[in-house]
Amino acid sequence: MADVAALRRVARIPWGQATLAITLGLFLFVFLILPIGRVIFVAFQDLRTGGFTLIHFSDFFATALFRESFWNSLYVAAMSVVFASLIAIPLAYFTTRFNFAGAAIIQSLGFIPLVMPPFVGAVAMLLLFGRNGSINLLLGQWFGINIPFMEGLNGVIFVQSIHYFPFILINLSASLNNIDRAMEEAAQNLGARGLRLFRRIVFPLAMPGYIAGASIVFIKILDDLGTPLLLNVTKMLAPQAYLRISSIGITDPMGYVISVLLVGFSLGALWVARLATSGREYATVQRGGGGLQKRDLRPGEKVLCYSIVLLILVVVLSPHIGLLLLSFGTVWSYAVLPDAYTVAHYIEIVRATPQFITNTLLYASFAAFADIVIGVAIAYLVMRSRLFGREWLDYVAMSAIAIPGLVLGIGYLRSFHGLEVPFTGEPLATWWVLLIVALSIRRLPYALRACTAGLHQVSVSLEEAALNLGARRLRTVRRIVVPLMGGAILAGFVTSFATAAVELSTTIMLVASEANAPLSYGIYIYMQSAAGRGAGAALGIVAVLIVTLGTYISHRVIATGRRAEEITSA
Amino acid sequence: MAEKLKSAISDPVGIVFDDLSIAYGRTEVIKHVSLEIKPGEFFAFLGPSGSGKSTLLRAIAGFGPHPSGRILIGDKDVTDLPPWERDVAMVFQSYALWPHMTVRKNVAFGLEERGLPRSEVRSRVDEVLAMVGLSEFGERRPSQLSGGQQQRVALARTIVVRPSVLLLDEPLSNLDAALRVEMRRELRELQRRLNVTTVFVTHDQEEANMMCDRIAILANGIIQQVGDPMDLYDQPANRFVARFLGTANLIEGTLDRSNSECVFRSPDGIALPLPAAALAGATGERAILIRPQSIEIRRRDEPAPDGRVRLDGVVELREFLGGHIRYVVRIGKTQVLVDTSHRPGRRDHEIDDPVVLYVAADELRVLGD
Repeated sequence: MADVAALRRVARIPWGQATLAITLGLFLFVFLILPIGRVIFVAFQDLRTGGFTLIHFSDFFATALFRESFWNSLYVAAMSVVFASLIAIPLAYFTTRFNFAGAAIIQSLGFIPLVMPPFVGAVAMLLLFGRNGSINLLLGQWFGINIPFMEGLNGVIFVQSIHYFPFILINLSASLNNIDRAMEEAAQNLGARGLRLFRRIVFPLAMPGYIAGASIVFIKILDDLGTPLLLNVTKMLAPQAYLRISSIGITDPMGYVISVLLVGFSLGALWVARLATSGREYATVQRGGGGLQKRDLRPGEKVLCYSIVLLILVVVLSPHIGLLLLSFGTVWSYAVLPDAYTVAHYIEIVRATPQFITNTLLYASFAAFADIVIGVAIAYLVMRSRLFGREWLDYVAMSAIAIPGLVLGIGYLRSFHGLEVPFTGEPLATWWVLLIVALSIRRLPYALRACTAGLHQVSVSLEEAALNLGARRLRTVRRIVVPLMGGAILAGFVTSFATAAVELSTTIMLVASEANAPLSYGIYIYMQSAAGRGAGAALGIVAVLIVTLGTYISHRVIATGRRAEEITSA
Repeated sequence: MAEKLKSAISDPVGIVFDDLSIAYGRTEVIKHVSLEIKPGEFFAFLGPSGSGKSTLLRAIAGFGPHPSGRILIGDKDVTDLPPWERDVAMVFQSYALWPHMTVRKNVAFGLEERGLPRSEVRSRVDEVLAMVGLSEFGERRPSQLSGGQQQRVALARTIVVRPSVLLLDEPLSNLDAALRVEMRRELRELQRRLNVTTVFVTHDQEEANMMCDRIAILANGIIQQVGDPMDLYDQPANRFVARFLGTANLIEGTLDRSNSECVFRSPDGIALPLPAAALAGATGERAILIRPQSIEIRRRDEPAPDGRVRLDGVVELREFLGGHIRYVVRIGKTQVLVDTSHRPGRRDHEIDDPVVLYVAADELRVLGD
């Protein structure tokens, strides 16, 4: 009797789901937990005895170069957030306070950083804002002054502030718009106005949203490898880790120490963001129009506002403009503009190094595809199955958000070192398929979030109806669930694709030869020399185009899909 | 709330609307309102949604589009003053408590804006928290309070500044029924002790009747009638007011005066002789208002009471409403509602019973429009 009961219990276990879950778990373990664990392990491991030690950390902080890099990184990240906020706060206040059409332009600013990562435009920024760049040449001619926009750390701060400023702006605007108008009116009713009103009521209510956004931006800047490298700023954490690993090798403990520090900061930033937003549900029910009171602009004020908006737009677009000029320019140095224009660079990248583009399309597509397959699978298992421990799949996959690309790259190099790809004898660590895996792991949290949100929208009863009519689970998922999740899946695909296409931190660690390299690596290589800058810029423009096109297409598809849904849903 | 009040206003002020109109863009939402609210009154703006009552209230506080006409508080023309310079304090429908401040800080806000010294702020906040029964809740955040407690904090926040006018924008609508009734009484008592001119917006006539000295009924941005609750009920000025307050039987018809008699005739044959005193103006198209509880209903074979107007009809419907019974009686093409008190054992009328309705002539009210 007991055997029959046991057999019945075994039969009830959903074997299909269990196998899927185990496979996913293994995948995440091998390609996320193992490498990161290895990195953390090595950082604390005594080279001779193999036991636990803090000596690498004390060595790190004992060395002047590393101490300097540590503080430089923190300084750059903090100052970038500060500058970006200084510009964003008044602008956000304008758009939420006043009725003016420029607000639409400001909203669109939010898309600009998404199509081009900061490192791509870094060299162009040097040519525009550097000591002998366009702006300083003009300033020198007209006023005899020279502003050190791009000197040393300033350059990194400048590029990062301009890049992340729209993020902070959008974030802050949303926080301000979420404030119930009655909050403000109640304060005015009791006598508050102007700056006091802002300081006591508006700002504290907008704070949590701002802090959450700012801490995320902080960590992104801290982790960024490409921008300091391309600006030749090496005394920062990420470039130091890269240089140590690439010049001394993967046995050097300093790279691992830096990795642990970076992961620590990531977790800290995520924790701060979480603290800021949890338990402070400040968005309230709004009656008769949300957000703060708006008033119209007087004509004089309008001119001022539009001028400021225009100026900011130009500054935010300056890397793109510079990149464009550089890609079409023949020679551009010590001059305000390129000497002459040509399409030679574009021809060169297509003729000499077409693999940069084709590899990117290949890698990014595969990585994005892997992301949505895994994303749908995990979302489905977590939300629809009753498997024991399924939330852990979600937690582990989401934890990738705290891992900087650089650290993942180092982890792979270390974990897969010495291994060979079966049948070909190639080193596994630099195999192009592994790069795809790394890219997909890095983007998985975002794809997973999109898929989870999408699955939330699909009611369980739709699946149950299919099961009831005889379809088995896999068919149901394929024919019912996935199509209904369509928009979310597409959104997940596009974001994964767009960010994987221009990712540099992990790529630079895992690419062995130019033949296997994608766009981001190509840009990096080309930008190393003055002669190659034009081609590098051309590649950059191609990257921007690919990402913009992809994002645009997905928006159109999602929009039409939504319209169709509205028509068909009862 | 049994504390002795130091906060009582010694000299309450009145409010005057002088030909006030308010428009959102092209749409006029308040149309030429002229009204005088007496000092120390507990005054209600009563009306359906969209009548403009909240707009009018907010205009006193200085919110909303700039009105044409004038608003005077006491003797001061405040029409052009911004909200923070008017000495009026408002309780918002959503309470609008600031979530990032404790109860104490919320209540202290207005005093701090007025620059009072810290010790005085503290003592006044203590006094007012005791007044609303929230002394131990000073360090809590609004999110940790119940709806009723939040409402009291909102109230405390306003009365602590001793405003010359207190405005309440449907403050009880988010409370459950039992709490609402309790709060009505408390608000009423509080207002009496504080002796502050209070304007109260509601769509609930029972609330307005119970709490207020006088009521202004609004519809479509126009004041329909102003008066004390009983006057408005007994002598409504028009059909809207008659219907809005209580249940109304309105019979349409024409008022004729022939010889020395006045007769009201409806299209389907109802003829009501009226004493001259019941005339409310000239003859012509009118409506007669009869309250359901003014009508006595008897069977045809019962003796008729003296001196009453008589209407013959048939019972169509009977509704048992606990304390009383409501009959729907058909007279010609008109349906008339009749309320009689319910006593167990008394024989009720059945459906299709022929009955006679009796009403005293002086309980017929003639409405002009």
